Amino acid sequence: MTIERYCAPRTLDEALEILRAGPVSPFAGGTDLMPQSQAGRVRLAPVLMNLRRIEGMGGIAENDGVVRIGALTTMTQLMDSAVVRERLNILWQACDHFASDQLRNAGTLGGNICNASPAGDTLVPLLVLDARVELAQKPNGRIETRKLPLAEFLLGPGRTTRAPQELLSAIEIPLPAEGFYGAFFKLGTRPALDISAISIGLGALHDDGCLRSVRIAFGAVAPTAIRAARAEAELEGRLLDQDVIDAAVQAADTEIHPISDLRASGWYRREMVCNMLRRMLEDARSH
Amino acid sequence: MPARIDIAFRLNGVGKRASVAPETSALEMLREVIGLTGTKYGCGEGECGACTILVDGVTINACLMFAADCDGRDVMTIEGVNATPRGEALRRAFVEHGAVQCGFCTPGIMVQAWHLLESNPHADQATIQRGIEGNLCRCTGYKKIIEAVAAAEAVERGQTPVEQSREVQRG
Repeated sequence: MTIERYCAPRTLDEALEILRAGPVSPFAGGTDLMPQSQAGRVRLAPVLMNLRRIEGMGGIAENDGVVRIGALTTMTQLMDSAVVRERLNILWQACDHFASDQLRNAGTLGGNICNASPAGDTLVPLLVLDARVELAQKPNGRIETRKLPLAEFLLGPGRTTRAPQELLSAIEIPLPAEGFYGAFFKLGTRPALDISAISIGLGALHDDGCLRSVRIAFGAVAPTAIRAARAEAELEGRLLDQDVIDAAVQAADTEIHPISDLRASGWYRREMVCNMLRRMLEDARSH
Repeated sequence: MPARIDIAFRLNGVGKRASVAPETSALEMLREVIGLTGTKYGCGEGECGACTILVDGVTINACLMFAADCDGRDVMTIEGVNATPRGEALRRAFVEHGAVQCGFCTPGIMVQAWHLLESNPHADQATIQRGIEGNLCRCTGYKKIIEAVAAAEAVERGQTPVEQSREVQRG
């Protein structure tokens, strides 16, 4: 591994030109790439590209009912944002559980998504919020972008549909309706600096004892963070009584594929998903 | 030919130049290239906080930052923190409260506490506990560290240890 060149482009245009020319290891905070490359889990490309100097790839803006978050936005900046705190609170809750102050100050939302860990803290709330990712490239002298749902972007541990010449430039989240209820749960052995054994996101609108627009997502129980469509369908529009909660938990049990690793056994993960989803639904009922 | 990168940045308020390899961490640069060894190498993966430094006014783990990314930025280490009134107050409070045992985590915790008190000078014990959750100490059990950070603000105002301990008990 010899790095032939380091660059820190100031514009997206310049960064995309560099990506088009050949194998590049892009990074922003560096908090994943540095330990992964030092441990030999990731081989650095001949060109190391620092994305942090790119202008216009940070910031949070709301326009026409869509919140656009620049890929370089740090976890701390997300937590300091009024729109994230008030309207995308489930994402705020996940940032609050994210590692430590030092890592929240360095780690970016784009980096957490592209790292594509099955346990990535922001992925579960972003799935609940129906987030879309924007990917940019410059194939024929002009910048072209495509947008796709986050669920389609994530392929497996560390794998996404990002092409080597593409950069994740922004995340777009449709503003949930006023009154949208969101809850995030992360199971770890301590609150800080722990990779979750499981995580659960629940989002819904309350409607006279029923939940509508129900969205459930799980982390660390499948090769990627996942939505639980069958559990959502069991809950959608139904009176949230014990039978409906039972049915939703049973459906969720069929949708997860937890593995055993150093953080938890597959059996324990499955038990915790079922028990904690039940508790979260009971909390939602009394909310 | 492996690349070298020439960077220029502010280090503890003074302009600094360095030449580093691309894969070098900011921690390695500070300790091995520049010779400021107050910032410690603990785990090398962002778990322990012993390498905490300030970059553009916020704390980060120097072991996870590429040294080249320091270019053009404002870096402050424990050596810089120590030279400020708040750093001196923290140092006195750590000594007076017995918040140091082996001392290896102390520089990182002082930098993180300094950052915490900059934005929240009257932080209560719960806020301090939360604020230093990214710093591991294997000796003290944290209690004395938290008490020391809570007392540092009073030390800065020139109170005696007796007055402070009364205030801590009341708080």
